[in-house]
Amino acid sequence: MATAVKADAMVTQPYLIRDVSKETYDTFTLKLEPDKGSNHTQFQPGQFSMLWVFGVGELPISISGDPDEEERLVYTVRSVGQATNALVTRSVGEAIGVRGPFGTGWPLEAARGHDVIVVAGGIGLAPLRPVIYEVLNHRKDYGRLVILYGARSPRDLLYRKELASWARQKETQVLTSVDYGGMSWRGHVGVVTSLFKYARLKPSRSVAMVCGPEIMMRFVTRELETYGLSRSDIFLSMERNMKCAVGFCGHCQYGPHFICKEGPVFRFEQLRPLLEKYEL
Amino acid sequence: MVAEGVLAARETSWSSAVSLEEHAVLAASELGSLISTLALEGYSVIGPAVRDGAIVYSAIESIQDLPQGWADEQAPGKYRLSPRNDDSFFGYVVGPQSWKKFLHPPEVRLWQAERQDGSFRILNNEATPEKAKAFLGVRACELAAIRIQDRVLLEDRYRDPIYEARRASAFVIAVQCTQAASTCFCSSMGTGPAVSEGADLVLTELQSGSHRFLVRAGTDRGSEVLSKLRTTAATEADLHQAQDGVQAAAATQVRSIDQNGIQELLYQNFEHPRWENLAARCLSCANCTMVCPTCFCTTVEDTSTVTGNHAERWRRWDSCFTQAFSYIHGGSIRNSSKSRYRQWITHKLAAWKDQFGSSGCVGCGRCITWCPVGIDITEEVRALRNGGDHGDS
Repeated sequence: MATAVKADAMVTQPYLIRDVSKETYDTFTLKLEPDKGSNHTQFQPGQFSMLWVFGVGELPISISGDPDEEERLVYTVRSVGQATNALVTRSVGEAIGVRGPFGTGWPLEAARGHDVIVVAGGIGLAPLRPVIYEVLNHRKDYGRLVILYGARSPRDLLYRKELASWARQKETQVLTSVDYGGMSWRGHVGVVTSLFKYARLKPSRSVAMVCGPEIMMRFVTRELETYGLSRSDIFLSMERNMKCAVGFCGHCQYGPHFICKEGPVFRFEQLRPLLEKYEL
Repeated sequence: MVAEGVLAARETSWSSAVSLEEHAVLAASELGSLISTLALEGYSVIGPAVRDGAIVYSAIESIQDLPQGWADEQAPGKYRLSPRNDDSFFGYVVGPQSWKKFLHPPEVRLWQAERQDGSFRILNNEATPEKAKAFLGVRACELAAIRIQDRVLLEDRYRDPIYEARRASAFVIAVQCTQAASTCFCSSMGTGPAVSEGADLVLTELQSGSHRFLVRAGTDRGSEVLSKLRTTAATEADLHQAQDGVQAAAATQVRSIDQNGIQELLYQNFEHPRWENLAARCLSCANCTMVCPTCFCTTVEDTSTVTGNHAERWRRWDSCFTQAFSYIHGGSIRNSSKSRYRQWITHKLAAWKDQFGSSGCVGCGRCITWCPVGIDITEEVRALRNGGDHGDS
């Protein structure tokens, strides 16, 4: 708790954009490398950074890249407002500011030797992608990997090529679902919880990592409990407004927690009394 | 993390800490030399002054600037200055401002950036070194509030360098209260009116007999300043007069918050009819959070020049009572006034204990006085505890 952290956690550092790729009509993945003079810090899957566009503003964005790929930071950003739009419209070679990484990561150490169940909704797959990379990079350290992914429509599905390639990996199952299928969709239609009946894993030896809209996580946690997972083996990543990311600004208060410091990844047990509360 | 006991210990320490040798007496006529000594030591002295019908904290050059002979009358939604029938310098209780204005400034530039060679560089990121300040007239509740902000901004995982620099250089001259406002409830919060630790000098203004101050140094640098003043030995009578005054300030407090089971009370009453009752009165104006000496929330504002080559980040006080405070994509989390007041009071009185090991309330009563509709936090807690189904108290 009392780790001394440098004062400059509040000061951004320039990083250069090395790649911008389009994931969907409104979502893009940025790859960044530190500009000369910036210090690069390794991250834990699940952590986030504060990304700053010169003269526009700053946003908390989860790291979506491969933890084994050093020297690069990867972020998947959905353009929903002025600042996110400014982020995704940067060109290769431009500089943006990066602070972080901040917050807690997914419990990958604890998950070793266990089956891993990843449940994602929409852009919630982005902070979970590092988990998938980690499990697949160190395949024999983990049991089965089951990915349940729900999106609004087929055109909202992120990482479609990767989803297909993950599905071909050993001991890996990828299940996707959409709320509205449209004419050409041949996959599953329905909320993500409706995929549980197809998952093949041993609930008693599984660790679940969940990220998506709060309403989805409320139902997913119920479903996971029904499925037989222990509350202490379910982890959620939460979102609130963040300005400072270091516990000074108060914006990310969630019950007795600051999401930037004690989260964004929490054990379900910590959140259970809070998740069902409206306007908390 | 600091245990709750630190604040609790402060409450009882007055009588046990009192010893004659530690104290001296400073004639009221010598108060000016305290101010000039501090100035000579390199401090800019900040203290109480009358401005716009209120006692505020501002630069003090001499005793002429102090609110001599003024008292403050406080009640829910009411604050008036009135003349005293004596010439006390510290005959008021607390005004709208607190020392957080100086330690955790309302607006501060965090950094600047300039475009350079297709990238950018960060300019003079170090906070401008400010002249060290001496705070004259810090009340026990305010000292407790400073300790609470220390825990948030210095003693948790990260340290705020802006607060740290200001806090480390500040010289604190506490003045014990010998009277309470109707809005005070420091006794029930265990934060006052006696001052124990944390001050460089502790004064108690005495009027009976001659106008003078009982003074005690709390730190080495306090002793050093004290040694430069003309003082006389304190007598048992001085000590008793001071003690009686402080006890009177405790005994005359009419408000309180029962700390018993306060966390459970708030956590278990997330749904309670009182919140609707409150929301019908609360204007979400954020006054309570602005005057609160412990509220620390801030926002950042990113600005750039018209050329777009220079950008700055400013940090400003923010309030959980605004709609934008909880905004995330898709809308604000706390849309209703009810949810915002509930957030504020639940954080202040309950979650703060989980996060920082003490209550976030010091019982200064500012939020009661400066609420334009006179919402009284002590009354709201009582109504949550005892209130009827319709949220009446």
